[in-house]
Amino acid sequence: MAIAIVILILVVLTVVFHFVSPWWFTPIASNWTFIDTTIDITFWVTGIVFILVNVFLAYCVYRYRYKKSQQAAYEPENRKLEIWLSVITTIGVIAMLAPGLWVWSEFINPPEDAHEVEVIGQQWSWTYRFPGEDGILGKADSQLINVDNPFGISADDPNGYDDILINSNELHLPVNKPVKLLQRSKDVLHNFSIPQFRVKMDLVPGLTSYFWFTPTKAGTYEIFCQELCGVAHYLMRGSIVVEEQADFEQWLQQQPTFLASRQHQQADLVAGKAQYQMCTSCHGSEGQGVESLNGPAISHLAPWYIKRQLVYFKHKIRGDQSSDPIGAPMAAIAQTLVDEQQIKNLIAYIEQLPKPNKVSIAQGNIEKGKSLYKNCGLCHGSDGQGNYALNAPRLAGQHDWYLKRQLQNFSERVRGAHPQDMFGNQMLLMVKSLKNEQDLNNIVAYIGSLPFSGSSQVQNSQPLPEPELTARNEEVE
Amino acid sequence: MSHVAIADQVDNSHHPKSFITKYIWSQDHKVIAIQYGITAIFVGLVALVLSGLMRLQLGFPDTFSFIDPASYLQFVTMHGMIMVIYLLTALLLGGFGNYLIPLMIGARDMVFPYLNMLSYWTYLLSVIILLASFFVTGGASGAGWTLYPPQAILSGTPGGDAGIILMLISLAVFIIAFTMGGLNYVTTILQARTKGMTLMRMPLSIWGIFVATILGLLAFPALLVSAIMMLLDKTLATSFFMPAVVSLGENLSYGGGSPILFQHLFWFFGHPEVYIVALPAFGMVSDVIATHARKNIFGYRMMVWAIVAIGGLSFVVWAHHMYVSGMNPYFGFFFATTTLIIAVPTALKVYNWVLTLWQGNIRLTVPMLFAIGFIFTFTHGGLTGLFLGNVVVDLPLSDTYFVVGHFHMVMGVSPVMVLYAAIYHWFPKITGRYLNNRLGKWHFWLTFLGTYAIYLPMHYLGFLGVPRRYFAMGDSALMSESAASLNASITVSAIIVGVVQLVFIFNLIWSLKHGKKAPANPWGGTTLEWQTPQTPPQHGNWGPNLPVVYRWAYDFSVPGHTRDFIPQNEPKSTGDENSYEPDLQEREK
Amino acid sequence: MSVIKQLVSKPWESVDTQTSLSEANDITLARYTALKWLLAVISVMFMLFFITFISRTQFTDFQALAGEPWLPLSDKTPLWINTAYIGLASIILQILCKRFSRLPRWKVNSLLLLTLLSSMLFLSGQLAVWNNLMAQGYYLQTNPANSFFYLLTGLHGLHLLLGVLILTVTLIQCLLKPVSDKMSRRIDLTRIYWHYLLLLWLVLFFLLTSSTETFKAIAEFCGL
Repeated sequence: MAIAIVILILVVLTVVFHFVSPWWFTPIASNWTFIDTTIDITFWVTGIVFILVNVFLAYCVYRYRYKKSQQAAYEPENRKLEIWLSVITTIGVIAMLAPGLWVWSEFINPPEDAHEVEVIGQQWSWTYRFPGEDGILGKADSQLINVDNPFGISADDPNGYDDILINSNELHLPVNKPVKLLQRSKDVLHNFSIPQFRVKMDLVPGLTSYFWFTPTKAGTYEIFCQELCGVAHYLMRGSIVVEEQADFEQWLQQQPTFLASRQHQQADLVAGKAQYQMCTSCHGSEGQGVESLNGPAISHLAPWYIKRQLVYFKHKIRGDQSSDPIGAPMAAIAQTLVDEQQIKNLIAYIEQLPKPNKVSIAQGNIEKGKSLYKNCGLCHGSDGQGNYALNAPRLAGQHDWYLKRQLQNFSERVRGAHPQDMFGNQMLLMVKSLKNEQDLNNIVAYIGSLPFSGSSQVQNSQPLPEPELTARNEEVE
Repeated sequence: MSHVAIADQVDNSHHPKSFITKYIWSQDHKVIAIQYGITAIFVGLVALVLSGLMRLQLGFPDTFSFIDPASYLQFVTMHGMIMVIYLLTALLLGGFGNYLIPLMIGARDMVFPYLNMLSYWTYLLSVIILLASFFVTGGASGAGWTLYPPQAILSGTPGGDAGIILMLISLAVFIIAFTMGGLNYVTTILQARTKGMTLMRMPLSIWGIFVATILGLLAFPALLVSAIMMLLDKTLATSFFMPAVVSLGENLSYGGGSPILFQHLFWFFGHPEVYIVALPAFGMVSDVIATHARKNIFGYRMMVWAIVAIGGLSFVVWAHHMYVSGMNPYFGFFFATTTLIIAVPTALKVYNWVLTLWQGNIRLTVPMLFAIGFIFTFTHGGLTGLFLGNVVVDLPLSDTYFVVGHFHMVMGVSPVMVLYAAIYHWFPKITGRYLNNRLGKWHFWLTFLGTYAIYLPMHYLGFLGVPRRYFAMGDSALMSESAASLNASITVSAIIVGVVQLVFIFNLIWSLKHGKKAPANPWGGTTLEWQTPQTPPQHGNWGPNLPVVYRWAYDFSVPGHTRDFIPQNEPKSTGDENSYEPDLQEREK
Repeated sequence: MSVIKQLVSKPWESVDTQTSLSEANDITLARYTALKWLLAVISVMFMLFFITFISRTQFTDFQALAGEPWLPLSDKTPLWINTAYIGLASIILQILCKRFSRLPRWKVNSLLLLTLLSSMLFLSGQLAVWNNLMAQGYYLQTNPANSFFYLLTGLHGLHLLLGVLILTVTLIQCLLKPVSDKMSRRIDLTRIYWHYLLLLWLVLFFLLTSSTETFKAIAEFCGL
């Protein structure tokens, strides 16, 4: 008896929940409104069946509940009824399937005028490639990937020379232009998905998958990886900026081509040494770090990392006066580096400084720190040596007080929360596994115990041009 | 007697003598069934705890220091694998298959009792290997229960070394155990039916178990094949599934293989696996419904055909799990069509269950409550399947919480509802005592309402686009404050449902000693297992003579008979029918 | 009654009378039924391997082991010799089963021994092929063709090895116990298993030593 009423209530509640739920599809921002229509049809068909079956179920349970005087009917089958039910069900199924298949045939045939963009997935970030002026993407192969050629583009294919490389999680697309995304993966399966666009597709290492859509609304949308890709799967996010054609072209022009990324300017060590004079007071004459002035050790850091941080400071992505007063002086000093060549010289000078042989080490439980470090080691290396491929800086060889402060900065969102800090933001969520002061001390103590003489090949790589940020300078400030 | 069955050649040396041969190294199908059942319920509890831990993290992120991203993925993986294979498959086929087949078809035992015993011990071994993977360096595999390469065997995934190796070995051992059991079930059903038990006189439970076993025998090899090849990829650096990859900045020596090939193999097993779980549940729930509604199952022939049709079709729908996998997109047309075709026989089964209740005389006992709960949850889960099966609708929904909600509804909650219905239904036969009625009702209501409170909202998180297998959402715009609180409410429901299952475990143990004594045929069942000379049935099941079957399995409320059921082994009206009075205490007042 | 006819019958109509009771099935057939299903399971497993193999042959890195004169399996003589061994085992078992009742005990035993011997020769012959391949630098992981060769011949060998173990037990029983129906049935089951493994080997032999062109043709035929 109760069960009949409860089933009725559940049916009503489900329907009410469905209509009042604030949790529903995000407003669509692409051309795939047909998908939403198909979902609506499916909802109507399945909704009606759900209500009818369960209301009838509740009725039967109520009407035919046990009574001593009552005898059940004896009816092994009813051909006519069963045939009718099969026919009606089949019609319902066709009503859902037919529009579905039609939309699917649209989905798998991109229009002729769709422009191509390549999406490259790796654990746990996104990069992109535009075909450049010739409109053709150069050949690429995972086997060609190395530190100097992270996109794995073939140097033998001239079509690839003008390809534009976006070494960032952020992709820009022009509004109302159909785009065909060609996808490949460096390591494992990923899935490129933007809820507002409704469509998604896996990235599969070893082959190129594709799908297409037309962004129809300007705005910034989140990209999620939706195929489990390892420990930091949940951090594999990006953003897609849909903007007017002119803005898009301006952005695109500031990105380096493949050829430009291969041309390394000669660094001038003498100029670099002169430039370094302004660093000595805080970072020490050998880049060993000065605690009293909050200057971390820098001589052991990889060039790509130093460069990224200099650019970040220069554009106040790090070192904002109000939230990060300790980093602010660095932001001021970074303003004095006016061009690419100066940064280059400075980094070249820092790189040849002797590596530190002594850092201050915190007191803490190394064993506990080791187990906490398990999740860090995947990106930063089991010896804290850093990994260029994962945008993870070297940790071993850094002072305890600096590491601890950065971890605190990440957990207080002083660092990494800036929308243009494309790689630092992964630390925001990662650092949450450190729950208290004690955890911080333990993990810093463990990092201090790591050997820091070993320098991996990755450390000595040439930095790849960072996406140019000057255009959006005003926005940053 | 012309029909001397193997087990009918009464062989006294075969009878168990000591405690060990009776309960440990037993070859009696009933004891083996209970061994299977206890082991499966035990690992099921482990998996339940894992799901609770997962939910704690999802509902209240950044609160629990003992759950980090790596261990979260390990919980996800082990929860899924245990629930699907080591609990549901093992309990439905190894447990109920073993218990019911010989009793329902009128045999003394399985045709190969020794093989049957071996099957259980091999299964136990696979469980031990699986659980051992928690304790090796790097811990259990965190690759997701689908174990997709390359991710599953690379170092960016927790348990990418020892964990995944043990997982694959455990699966291979399980498949061997299943094949031994499965050959036994199929052969027993085909060769050891008692006199008069034609195929169409078999109860639907047996039909479900029979077709599911065949599916298992033909589908598990696909898992074995993929497990073997992945094991070689992992340990001996072959490249069956492995393309050239740069893992965490390091170029590995693999090259040329295809990860999609693995997915095809996996789902060629994985989809039939859904029906390996569902079909026995379909069968058993049909018997529970018919018995407690005192009415023959509506459209028995249609039910049998539907089971066979679903079984056959289940082999040609596998790639609907791969619409967005990057496979040839033209496959989408074929697999969407077959998938939606399979909805028709499945829908007919639902109609027939409800039509069985129609004009019945429904006793709302605890097993019946669970059976009605099953119809509701299965209808819900089946209908959401139509979203995911239709290829374009799958585009926005795949890999979101909608999928999680859907498959938990259809192959988590629904089969578990049937399992509970079955346990409450057959417990009096297995032990000679009823399970406690009051606890049973609490158990039903909290489980039924609690699981709906867990999984209904999950679908809506999926509509939002919240991805599955995310350790935390962080500050995503998708995870609004209201969505986060919805997530927390799901966790609260999940914890309640989890705790309620302990009430059930308590009920099982308590009723074993203190439950009300049950008669041989407490529900007035027609099928043979209720007609055994002793309750619980002794070794050999039938005493000196095997039963002879005269009629189909659903002669309830036959017009012109005073008693509202006629057992299968009763010849035409013997005249000495006692009027059947149901046990009043077991009825809802 | 055919299965279809049974499936469309209306069980609630055919009630009751003692005379219409169908006979219970013959339990001696159980072992044959189980063996048939086991062979079906093994076939499914190998079928899936074959499909995987054929589709893998179409990837660019695949280099067939035969087809060109310098490839290691172009000279098929050792494999033909192995085929002869396993074929011989199959033939002996066939003869043995045909004439089981008429043959004297010692002949039965020696024929069984002969089957075991030629099966062992097959296995050691396969091992020799493996060693030969490895000596030429065709290791398991160097190419998917090699991987599949070792894997499939290895699995086939494993199945034969299991058969050999069971047959050894049978032989010991034949030596110790009087001949019985049970024994003859057991040897008959072994016979079916050996025929099956012979057939499986022939398919494997054909597939593993095909040339690139043959693979292409098969793949096209299968629509892969």
